[in-house]
Amino acid sequence: MKATRSQALLWIAQRASAAVLGVCVLVHLATIIYAVRGGLSGAEILARTRGNAAWLAFYSLFVLAVTVHAPIGLRAVLGEWLGWRGRSRDLVLLAFAMLLAAMGMRAVFAVFA
Amino acid sequence: MTLLRVSVWRGGAQGAFREYEVPRRESQTVLDVVTHIQRHLDATLAYRYACRVGMCGSCAMTVNGAPRWTCRTHVDKVAVDGRLEVAPLRNLPPIRDLVADMREFFDKWARAKGQFKGGTTRKEDFAHVAPASGPRKLADAAIECIGCGVCHAACDVVAWNPDYLGPAALNRAWTLVNDERDTAQVERLRAVAGDAGCHSCHTHMSCTDRCPKQLSPTAGIAGLKRATLAAALRGEL
Repeated sequence: MKATRSQALLWIAQRASAAVLGVCVLVHLATIIYAVRGGLSGAEILARTRGNAAWLAFYSLFVLAVTVHAPIGLRAVLGEWLGWRGRSRDLVLLAFAMLLAAMGMRAVFAVFA
Repeated sequence: MTLLRVSVWRGGAQGAFREYEVPRRESQTVLDVVTHIQRHLDATLAYRYACRVGMCGSCAMTVNGAPRWTCRTHVDKVAVDGRLEVAPLRNLPPIRDLVADMREFFDKWARAKGQFKGGTTRKEDFAHVAPASGPRKLADAAIECIGCGVCHAACDVVAWNPDYLGPAALNRAWTLVNDERDTAQVERLRAVAGDAGCHSCHTHMSCTDRCPKQLSPTAGIAGLKRATLAAALRGEL
């Protein structure tokens, strides 16, 4: 894919993932505030999340949005602050995205299964 | 007589500030101050100006840390405790004293396909562009650029990424994207997309904040992002 085309698509991917993250963070924070009112325990969290497909879908979406959003932002930071551009940067960021996805989904499944 | 203490950059990239004392006058502009130094105190001072009335865009300098058009900047507005510091524009190679090399700045206009490319000849009728049409209004909002380089000097992204086309070149491209007579739309969108183009803009809005003509290159760059996305989805980029 041409650099100009991929850059335009990366831009919209970051915009769209930011919009998703905005909603996800609000739901996440609201849930935390609501859930800790009567004290918080691991058992309480697991009771809410285990086998709950809606929470699984929500946090999977959250992880996906982070996986898309963070490496694109980091791409600009590395380019502008370290002068690191080109293929090596993008490969490292691809690996970073996969790491974020793996760690995020591991956590999601840990409270679902 | 009240005196203004003025630090002026002398030399090229390796120069230093030199102090001058200039008589304070009513309605004095920063360009008046620099001209006084050159005419009465040190004839070797190099600086650039032409029209003195905010039309030509040649007298921009860094005044007390911020890029400004000096011919329309009153000393009253910018002097702090009777002091001024005048330096060449940032983000451009200094040639000597207050003169910055503008070649790269205008080369970027060319790289952003800032040239109008028409598809008709003199034998055909004039194009009729409705003044109230959406694209015409968008072009109108951006067309009054005088090419002074203030936005380019104000832009942090230009400082971080020297290849970045910068607010002025992208603003120029945006006026042409909205010119229904222009026939080089796809080439232009290809030229302004990517790491050196509109996608590097962080929307800091320093260009919009500093533009002496009150234009908003930021708005134009946002428009280019939308236009390049539409072109990418059409498979044209």
